[in-house]
Amino acid sequence: MADSGMQSWKSLALGCAMTEPGTSKRFNTGDWRSRRRPVTDREACIKCGRCYILCPDMCYAPDPKAEGFYNWDSFYCKGCGICIVECPKDAISWQEEKEEDKYGPACGS
Amino acid sequence: MGQRVGLEVSLACSEAVKLANVDVIAAYPITPQTHIVEHLSELVADGHLDAEFVPVESEHTAMSACVGSSAAGARTFTSSAAQGLALMHEILFIASSLRLPIVMAVANRSLSGPISIWNDHSDIMAERDINWIQYFAENGQEVLDLTIAAFKIAEDKRVTLPVAVNLDGFVLTHVIEPIDMPDQKEVDAYLPPFAPQQKLDIANPISMGLVGVPEIYTEAKKACQVALEESYGVIKEHWDGFAKQFGRQYNPIETYKADDAEILLVTMGSLGETCMSAVDQMRADGLKVGQVRIRLWRPFPADDFLAAVKGAKSLVVMDRALQPGSASGPVATELKSLLFDRGKQMYVSNFVAGLGGRDVTRADFAGMVKKTMEAQSAGQQMACEMWGVKE
Repeated sequence: MADSGMQSWKSLALGCAMTEPGTSKRFNTGDWRSRRRPVTDREACIKCGRCYILCPDMCYAPDPKAEGFYNWDSFYCKGCGICIVECPKDAISWQEEKEEDKYGPACGS
Repeated sequence: MGQRVGLEVSLACSEAVKLANVDVIAAYPITPQTHIVEHLSELVADGHLDAEFVPVESEHTAMSACVGSSAAGARTFTSSAAQGLALMHEILFIASSLRLPIVMAVANRSLSGPISIWNDHSDIMAERDINWIQYFAENGQEVLDLTIAAFKIAEDKRVTLPVAVNLDGFVLTHVIEPIDMPDQKEVDAYLPPFAPQQKLDIANPISMGLVGVPEIYTEAKKACQVALEESYGVIKEHWDGFAKQFGRQYNPIETYKADDAEILLVTMGSLGETCMSAVDQMRADGLKVGQVRIRLWRPFPADDFLAAVKGAKSLVVMDRALQPGSASGPVATELKSLLFDRGKQMYVSNFVAGLGGRDVTRADFAGMVKKTMEAQSAGQQMACEMWGVKE
């Protein structure tokens, strides 16, 4: 995906201005992850929400189908690992991730 | 019709800004630019110019304030020199990359150190690559005319780039010259009110100055550079329009007695008029000497330059700034690169002269021509020479 997000210089707005709001929603920062992703073991999870609160990129959101649990967003997660460090029950751990598996659907899309 | 007045060139620059009816001036005083902003602050304080004068605490802030006011859709002017221009450095790139049509008068002065308040081109040459339109005036009338034209060019929707009008410090800024001062009606006919192509507007919000990730930065720079290259035709168009309105013609490359010349002196800025006088003297002595004056420095008018030097055998190129560690000064580097690209063989000598306010006289020009002719006829290559340096 080397040209992901690229566009012709002729199509840029004057001065590279952004002429519509909320475009960072479309910015796939999940592309920055390198070879691993955080995965939650829901058997061990105590629904404390620390991953949800402490994720710097707001990549955890309440799971509408399972109250108390949180869904992880592969589109924005940069793989910093803060959730893994902060989980009091060590319920989140690294899982190897292949390059072609990185591009999941965006949260809410 | 306007009238002819005797006026200090700095004040003529300020009067041009007043005639252009600017909305915002943000500037910090620095020799030899001081009189320009001093007079503008008087014009605003005395109610002769309805504009905001922002007395900022540094040049970095001056250019930052200009970026803000231009982005908000205000016709914006500033002026600086030397250390002040250097302090603006990082913001100068932002002004052009955001495509803001700010006009700045640069009262060219040497950069420290040693500390020097006097004239050379080291300040603007250090800002060569800021993606601004950059041109040079040779006398007071040109300063006035080219400042008015700068707004017309900068704000043209095909350009929308900042313009730096260069005038040599002291040699121009502090001398009183006869100036044909146009009246307001004439200027208004030439320069309509600023109608920004896009601006910061609550009713129609946009974001300016965002991050350019690696996927977009190259394209953003490409768009900006193409805008500068394509400004060439618009600059010519508006200089021609200026001639129609005011009767004074400006061209990207101008010549003096160049048509049948074998040796051409190449100058930029106020050295040009001394050089013309030197050419007259050398012509009287029987030398086939002429002159090419670079008025438009960025974008560089390559085809005009080549056309101007077509018939000559050698060039004697003046530089008023050093390019330490390089084989030539910045102007000669530009010209040699161009000649090589177009497969044109010419003998080129390069003299760095007039550093830190040192006078360059008719005798100096004659000396440079003599030295070049001798070296050329002896088949010797000439290295770039700092003219007149005391051994």
